[in-house]
Amino acid sequence: METIADTNWLLTVVVFAPLVGALIMVLIPQEDEQSHKQVALFTSLVTLGLAAFLLIDFNYGDAENLQYFVDTQWIEVIGAGYTIGVDGMSLPLIALTALIMPLVFVYSWNHIPEPGNAKAFLILSLILETGMIGTFVAQDLVLFFVFFEVVLLPMFFMIAVWGGENRRYASLKFFLFTLFGSALMLLSFLALYFLTEADTFSMLVLTENAGEGITRGTQLLVFAGMFLGFGVKVPMFPFHTWLPDAHTEAPTQGSVILAAVLLKLGTYGFIRIAIPMLPEAAEAWAPWIGLLAVIGIIYGALGCLAQTDMKRLIAFSSVAHMGFVMLGIATLTDFGINAAIFGMVAHGLITGMLFFIAGSVKERYHTLEIKRLGGMLAQAPRLGWILGFVSMASLGLPGLAGFWGEFPAILAAYNPAAGVSEQTFRVYMVVAAVGTVLAAGYLLWLLQRTAMGEPSAEFADDPNITDVSTTEWIAWAPLLFGIVLFGVAPGLIFEVTDPAVTQSLDNCITTLTGCEVAEAAASSGSGGG
Amino acid sequence: MTHNANWFLEYAWLVPLLPALSFVGILFFGKRMRYKGAELGIAAVSLSFLLAVCAGFAWIQHHDDVGYQAVQSSTQWLQSGGVEFGAGVLVDGLSVMMLLVVTIVSLLVHIYSTDYVGDDKRYTHFFAFLSLFTAAMLFFVLSDNILQMIVGWELVGVCSFVLIGHWWEEKPNSDAALKAFLTNRVGDVGLIIGTITLFFAAGGGNTFDTIKINEAIVQGEVGHTALVVASVCLMAAVMSKSGQFILHTWLPDAMAGPTPVSALIHAATMVVAGVFMIARLYPVFFEGMQIGGSSINLMATIGAVTLVFGGLLAFVQDDIKKVLAYSTVSQLGYMVMALGVGAWTAAVFHLFTHAFFKANLFLGSGSVAHAVHSFDMKKDMGGMRKFMPKTYVTFIIGSLALAGLFPLAGFWSKDEILVGTGGWGLFGGTGGNGAYTFHLLMGLFGAALTAAYMTRCVYLTFHGEFRGDRSHGDPHESGPRILVPLYILSGLAIVAGFVNLPAGFQLVGDSWTERFGHYVEPYKSSYFPAIDHATPSWSLAVVASVVALVGAGVAIYYYFVKVDRLADQTQQSLTELPDGLSKSNGLAGAGHKVLVNKYYLDHLYEGVIVAFTKVPLARAAYWVNQKVIDRTVDAAGETAVLVGRQVYDVVDQSVIDGFVDGSGRVSDATGEELRQINSGKVQNYAAILFAMAAVLAGTFLIIFAL
Repeated sequence: METIADTNWLLTVVVFAPLVGALIMVLIPQEDEQSHKQVALFTSLVTLGLAAFLLIDFNYGDAENLQYFVDTQWIEVIGAGYTIGVDGMSLPLIALTALIMPLVFVYSWNHIPEPGNAKAFLILSLILETGMIGTFVAQDLVLFFVFFEVVLLPMFFMIAVWGGENRRYASLKFFLFTLFGSALMLLSFLALYFLTEADTFSMLVLTENAGEGITRGTQLLVFAGMFLGFGVKVPMFPFHTWLPDAHTEAPTQGSVILAAVLLKLGTYGFIRIAIPMLPEAAEAWAPWIGLLAVIGIIYGALGCLAQTDMKRLIAFSSVAHMGFVMLGIATLTDFGINAAIFGMVAHGLITGMLFFIAGSVKERYHTLEIKRLGGMLAQAPRLGWILGFVSMASLGLPGLAGFWGEFPAILAAYNPAAGVSEQTFRVYMVVAAVGTVLAAGYLLWLLQRTAMGEPSAEFADDPNITDVSTTEWIAWAPLLFGIVLFGVAPGLIFEVTDPAVTQSLDNCITTLTGCEVAEAAASSGSGGG
Repeated sequence: MTHNANWFLEYAWLVPLLPALSFVGILFFGKRMRYKGAELGIAAVSLSFLLAVCAGFAWIQHHDDVGYQAVQSSTQWLQSGGVEFGAGVLVDGLSVMMLLVVTIVSLLVHIYSTDYVGDDKRYTHFFAFLSLFTAAMLFFVLSDNILQMIVGWELVGVCSFVLIGHWWEEKPNSDAALKAFLTNRVGDVGLIIGTITLFFAAGGGNTFDTIKINEAIVQGEVGHTALVVASVCLMAAVMSKSGQFILHTWLPDAMAGPTPVSALIHAATMVVAGVFMIARLYPVFFEGMQIGGSSINLMATIGAVTLVFGGLLAFVQDDIKKVLAYSTVSQLGYMVMALGVGAWTAAVFHLFTHAFFKANLFLGSGSVAHAVHSFDMKKDMGGMRKFMPKTYVTFIIGSLALAGLFPLAGFWSKDEILVGTGGWGLFGGTGGNGAYTFHLLMGLFGAALTAAYMTRCVYLTFHGEFRGDRSHGDPHESGPRILVPLYILSGLAIVAGFVNLPAGFQLVGDSWTERFGHYVEPYKSSYFPAIDHATPSWSLAVVASVVALVGAGVAIYYYFVKVDRLADQTQQSLTELPDGLSKSNGLAGAGHKVLVNKYYLDHLYEGVIVAFTKVPLARAAYWVNQKVIDRTVDAAGETAVLVGRQVYDVVDQSVIDGFVDGSGRVSDATGEELRQINSGKVQNYAAILFAMAAVLAGTFLIIFAL
């Protein structure tokens, strides 16, 4: 299993490069904002470059195994190791994170939110980056937990300091909610440590162990702890209420990072930790996860329809979209989990982009109240068209990235893993499909009310309302390009994740292979006739 | 099986690729071009058309050489769960026929548009989306698997959305665009579920490949239940895309778009996507709907109801494009009914002829509207034949073809549909897949309706006295870029029917009959069900013609005789009799009201379903969110703080108090102070909070270890 390549220093560098940049910035005086912006952007570009190298150097023929694997002692007393590695499941998410951060810094070039202080803001962003990438590469539960928590604080400050009017409430809610989840998650991790005979936090060992030696009842409880911990982060209905507040109050950059990467930490936890380590419990919980997922799809969409604020609407749409991701995961099939990972990347690009647009609208109109907006296509045609394009992507238009997260997840629900009720998931499939209609509804109504029609009298002659600026173009172009690229060539992601997902499930879930599915379907089909 | 296939068949993917490239080209460079991008679009579509013509000849050659063998070439698109999904093109008679129809109508619409939207402020943008639409439609018809078909299906939908909403400044236009998209999304639920069902059930499982799925069904390897589910679900998608009753309501509203768009997308090509899908996946429907040997089934009945209900609605429209829109709904009903009764070739043939004469009529109506700046027949038209004699002649040809009068295109295809119902058995007709007598009667009734509403439309537009505004002078005939497409289309409306003369038609040799069916219908291929073909019937052809003439005759008597006479007497330009049936007879009046209100379907959808979802349901969900779920969270937080305070009073240094209350205060303080003070403190506070989190974690650790 151990793959020792001669480039195994690479991951460590990718993870900590942003932190190095942050340390350098600590030494630069606060007044020198330009230097801070330069260092932050440079650092993130270096990280992106390293990640790009990782993408090139990665052995795709062996995507199912951990590469750049490092395993050294860290805290010997508790048996925690500094264990990191990357496989096909985490590679796309690392790439996504490394891509999003430079765009955030480009955008920050002339958009440092009130009350200023670029130094603190940018340092926090860099710490976030280390935390996020670290979570995706960690192969030890303690290390995973540390990185998972490292993400929490900078985001808390970002909302509490640079947020909107209601920032204090929103930030505290975000913090306490997530910490509550984390505590339960930590309990579960500890339970795994003590209850398995291995006495280790190594995710590899615990995955191979796959819950052996733990009674079913305990497995269910331990899984429930993780379910809560990760579920809050996703966020799953009914633990989602921190999300709209956090998003609405967060500065644009915070919202983008939150939507594009932070939410994925939760779903990634399900795929990497909860399911492979406790497969039996996963099968038992799957119908409930699926239920909450489809409730989230419909409920999130209805929530969107009720919104009067553009940013809050986009925030609610995340609840619905992450519902599709969770539905894919709940099927416990390779189709479903591939779709989930694709959905995570697609949601990152698309919703990240939507929050950028919301930020730019706020900057121009000084409001995000939908009924006061209108006629954006006439006043800022490019901005309006981009909003239209991204809305189409978000509602799952085939040919753009969003579709490949949604459709395969619905497909997977037709035929969940062997231990999971087929009837239940077929109902979920239909509900999820209905959710796509509502998604089109709220996004197109948003588009109609903000972009179409004549500009309202209030803003008709406002010189502030200008079209997309150069920095915006630079920050957005990669996202827009990615939305088209992965929509046209979804294989770019599926082919990376597929071997890793298949192997991860083969270890633990009693799945049927393609041919067996066919036989089963044929026999059940002819049985019906 | 594709070893020596002709180059034009192997490289058919170039046909959609060219307009796709032209879309990108126009989008990025169109405004800088001499003709603002139109030239690029026209060049691309012209080339596509030439390639399609060559592909047509190549297919005939290929068919003569090796018989009906599809040319399929595909590559891997993606891989999931170890299953490979391909993307590729499927070239056979059906797809080649569609390539021809789409490219020729698209080319003529492009040329027409250079004049019609010549001074539009979003001219370049308009042409870019015409190109994208053409590419998407061609991509759709060439798809060799259903997944790819979904992509094409949705892409044409989004182009339709953009082009209906082309003049988005006005709310009715953007409303119409949204309605079109959302109605189609409703149907797409069926498309998604139907496709998924087929994926798992057919073709040995785990394939989207059209031919494999069809073959599996033909060979009886697929369970009946799965086929029933799949065909019913896919039918929902067809109903929305191809405007079948009760999901047709978006189509007349779609007339808010520019007229060339109506002609290309909402008459000749996109709206037949549903019909095409049934034709492409015919085994699914033939088995799932149990077409053979029956006298009624869901699909045929939906088609029959649509053709009559759509035709009736065409009578109460004042807007010339809406007449044509409901006429399109009605004609699509004919096609779906034909497929429903097993008359595959008749349906596809009607799709073919309808594309020409309906595009002809739409562009003709645009030519008139261009002259009078309105689509209202009653207010702004009348007597147009004097001002626009050339448009008038082409419009008359299109109307006669639509009414199905001998020997124009519509006659042949409509007759074939009626024959195909197999319902003429009493009078000597034979064959067919069942005895669909009810559907035959609906078809005949529809023929009378069609002839009658077109007579009304022609009278109101071109006859009587001009009722429009003459203050800017008389309206005048359109220019050559509008007229030439009209000539070509009306020419096709005359001759298109000759490609499939019925067998036994005595005036020509046998080698000239049923050419269309011979080359297009995959009857002898491995992926087509064993359908029966009906034998053409002279008596039915005569009866159908008489019925159409009676329909036209009644309308002629009403308009050209009674209304015209009254108009002469009163020296007014009239559009109806003041004491007509709908005013003097209560029942007819009520019927008229139901029609004017479009069977109240829009009230049901917009006033009830959408309004309920948008307001009470969404608000209720949000209320639950804020007042129940979130309130619980807040209450939990407040309780924790309260408990913390209590505990603090009793036990000093309590964990709960330190955490909940403390972190709250720290964040309050942090938030406030960080606004003014330097960032050095960020680290301090970060350290404090991090330490707290660590302490908390450590506490849990200790508790657990004990």
